Amino acid sequence: MSKILEIKDLTIHYVTDSEVVRAVNDISIELEEGESLGLVGETGAGKTTTALGVLGLVPNPPGKVISGEVIYKGQDLLKLSDAEMRKIRGREISMIFQDPMTALNPVLTVGDQIMEVVRLHQKVSKAEAMKRAMEMMEMVGIEGARCGEYPHQFSGGMKQRIVIAIALACNPNLLIADEPTTALDVTIQAQVLDLIDNLKKKFNTSMLLITHDLGVVAEVCDKVAIVYAGRIVEYGTLNHIYNNPHHPYTNGLFGSIPDFSHKAHRLNPIKGLMPDPSNLPEGCAFAERCPHVTDACRKKQPIAVEVEPGHFVRCLLHEKEVR
Amino acid sequence: MIKYIGKRILMLIPVLLGVVLLVFSMMYFSPGSAEDYILGDMATEEDKEAFREENGLNAPFIVQYFNYVKDAVRGDLGISYTTKQPVADEIFERFPTTFKLALLSTLWSIVIGITIGIISAVRQYSILDHVTRLVAMLGVSVPTFWEGLMLIILFSVQFALLPSSGFTTWKHWILPSFTIGTHSAATVMRMMRSSMLEAIRQDYITTAKAKGQTNFIVVTKHALRNAIIPVMTLVGVNFGRLLGGSAITEIVFSIPGLGNLIIAGIKVKNAPLVQGGILVIALAMALCNLIVDVLYAYVDPRIRSQYVKPRVKLAAAKSATTEEK
Amino acid sequence: MEKEKQSTPVIHKKKNSQFRNILRRFMKNQTAVFGLVIIFLLVIFALFPSQLSHADYTVQDLANRYSGPSAEHWLGTDELGRDMYTRIVWGCRTSLTIGLASVAIACAIGVTLGTLAGYFGGVLDNVLMRIVDILMAVPNLLLGISIVAALGNSITVLVFAIALGNIAAFSRVTRSSVITVRDTEYVEAARATGASDGRIMWKYVLPNALAPIIVQVTTSLAGSILNISGLSFVGLGVPAPTPEWGSMLSNARTIMRDYPLQIMFPGIAIMLTVFAFNLFGDGLRDALDPRLKN
Repeated sequence: MSKILEIKDLTIHYVTDSEVVRAVNDISIELEEGESLGLVGETGAGKTTTALGVLGLVPNPPGKVISGEVIYKGQDLLKLSDAEMRKIRGREISMIFQDPMTALNPVLTVGDQIMEVVRLHQKVSKAEAMKRAMEMMEMVGIEGARCGEYPHQFSGGMKQRIVIAIALACNPNLLIADEPTTALDVTIQAQVLDLIDNLKKKFNTSMLLITHDLGVVAEVCDKVAIVYAGRIVEYGTLNHIYNNPHHPYTNGLFGSIPDFSHKAHRLNPIKGLMPDPSNLPEGCAFAERCPHVTDACRKKQPIAVEVEPGHFVRCLLHEKEVR
Repeated sequence: MIKYIGKRILMLIPVLLGVVLLVFSMMYFSPGSAEDYILGDMATEEDKEAFREENGLNAPFIVQYFNYVKDAVRGDLGISYTTKQPVADEIFERFPTTFKLALLSTLWSIVIGITIGIISAVRQYSILDHVTRLVAMLGVSVPTFWEGLMLIILFSVQFALLPSSGFTTWKHWILPSFTIGTHSAATVMRMMRSSMLEAIRQDYITTAKAKGQTNFIVVTKHALRNAIIPVMTLVGVNFGRLLGGSAITEIVFSIPGLGNLIIAGIKVKNAPLVQGGILVIALAMALCNLIVDVLYAYVDPRIRSQYVKPRVKLAAAKSATTEEK
Repeated sequence: MEKEKQSTPVIHKKKNSQFRNILRRFMKNQTAVFGLVIIFLLVIFALFPSQLSHADYTVQDLANRYSGPSAEHWLGTDELGRDMYTRIVWGCRTSLTIGLASVAIACAIGVTLGTLAGYFGGVLDNVLMRIVDILMAVPNLLLGISIVAALGNSITVLVFAIALGNIAAFSRVTRSSVITVRDTEYVEAARATGASDGRIMWKYVLPNALAPIIVQVTTSLAGSILNISGLSFVGLGVPAPTPEWGSMLSNARTIMRDYPLQIMFPGIAIMLTVFAFNLFGDGLRDALDPRLKN
């Protein structure tokens, strides 16, 4: 297996007149070909910004990539020109968006919208592109004959299928799925997730899955990165994270999932809220909510330590242990 | 769709009756009588009586009103006091001029307003954006008749490039249509800008960019198609308003349009002419708004499907239910 | 977040901080503040015309007609040798007074109609809105011209004519604003406590539906000042000796080829005034409802 994507120390800020929002801070992840990585965290933890950063679509202004590298197949995407980047988007890397209700253009037919990406990256005639669009629709489980209809004529689940069809129309090597099931009904969620997983395996696509749902991650991913306030606090294989979680925040996340095997078990949510990303504390961002907090936590930013091969934790507690 | 249009036309009837009643009573109850203005001071009492009898002015208010409405339905808007010509003929002789002026002005407003609006939105907060916004604000603040006068001073008097009055050659149309057009352009530009800014922020724009689409196409194809819809409405409403609202500009440039005719009629209490003229303007404006609404439905597939595609909706509903299974 | 603010009832303490927020947002908008400054100056001119110019705007100097700007006559003199500057300053008082009076009347009537229509809905709404449709169907300027022509040239008639043209806009804006507020939970709650319709409208609905109405006031003022000058321009506005910008333009029109400055100054005065109200209104709208800001 070879490395398809490597994000190194990526830092993205939103700079306005009145404040600087530190959305993404020193995020580093690695993704092998065919592998899936789950980026897990609360709303506002900087997951979506990371994804947009990979595609070079962070809205600017106010968004700004401060530092870091996004290395895709050996080249740093952040150094590419606009035109070069456009060849990557949609063909090499594509994205599934969170809200299918707004991700499709309401005044264009779905066929047109799928066809657009095909025509951009493959030298095919209009008719061929339309044929490809219809094939894609069939592949995601919608009659190809409905390609002349508009987004509002489809249900939410079907719209998300169309978004998936757009994303996969050019057989990309890397798929970024930003909370692909959050906006959908629970019954539809599993269907859409299965669909993504199947197609991904079929085409050996790598995937960066962004979610706040640890259940979804367990189903689909090989590796997991837990993000808190724009920083990866724990990173490892599915096994590392689920069976041997180290970071207090990861532990807290598992604590807030209802456990049906123990009847009397009470849900144990993490107390407090994530700090305002425009006003991050000097030390560990999780300090205020951490049950094991020490004075040192509030002063010093912890560094990532490898607690077992391939399993990294960013917490002062473990920093000491390893030393 | 037909049903909707029919309903809208039915709803027009009470409004038009109301307009006639409003203008009719204003003319009826105002002090001073038509015969004094029309016949002059020299007229004898018998002449005046004959005039009143001839024009049905001795009947009670309600009777006069209903007679007027009855005739109007048949297309008879009465006889102008001053020219003794049928009012309908006079109006329809003038209407094409006003219509043409409104059309040309609207063209100016579309060309100027939409282009600048898009550029201003895409380059939000640039110097260009700030300047055009200020100019647009000045544009809606300037009295059109004054703008007309200033343009005459500049282009007709100073540079002697364009004629200042009349309507015979195409050159005659430039100044008046530009005068009115800039005012409309300012409103169009403001609407285009805000509508475009709204569209640019939508998720489907990010989707289009994630496909690898160029910024130019993203703006012109994805954003503009959505953003132009409310602007079209405004252009249509503006056009309707120009049919009746460019009266003073017509006076400034001595254009023999409908507005000019009505104002002249108002000054001499030529009631049939004023009533007829305002009725025709109200009708034209209302039809304009109706056409705009129908066009709107045609351009926006979300609304169109409510009227014209029940079959597809049914199909969508069917497949949606199969998906649930 | 903003939505929450909108849907909570107006509590006094909250209102205070809300007001401060609005003020802070408004003051950040430079062009809007600029508009406010011009309005402030215009009000000063309107309040103290005799102190800021000559007390008598009718003084004629027939030997000195159409003179250009000079130390004695800053903006020159008109066709009767009257001082242009003085007449423009007094014209400010005319425009602002008529504008304010007619907008106040239109606002009172329009808001009442709009609130009743929006709050009760049904037949009342239908009837009131058809009446509004009738007013909307006639262009404001033609409506104004016919009224003035019918009832005679006087300031009272002019105020009435301009007001009538503005009622429709006020009732429409109020109605749609009231409809959005009408169905909120706190209005339901007030109804559940047995408050009368009148009390609910006055205490709960109107205060929360106010923002667009306030903006409409500035828009209507700008439009009315334009219409006043338009009516005067066709000779159906402010009667003769009273200085008014539109009638000054009308007088100067015949000689504008020879004395273009005569046209320039009154026009600039109208434009500047309307411009100021538009800038102010725009800033106000953004400050009152940040969601609309672009």
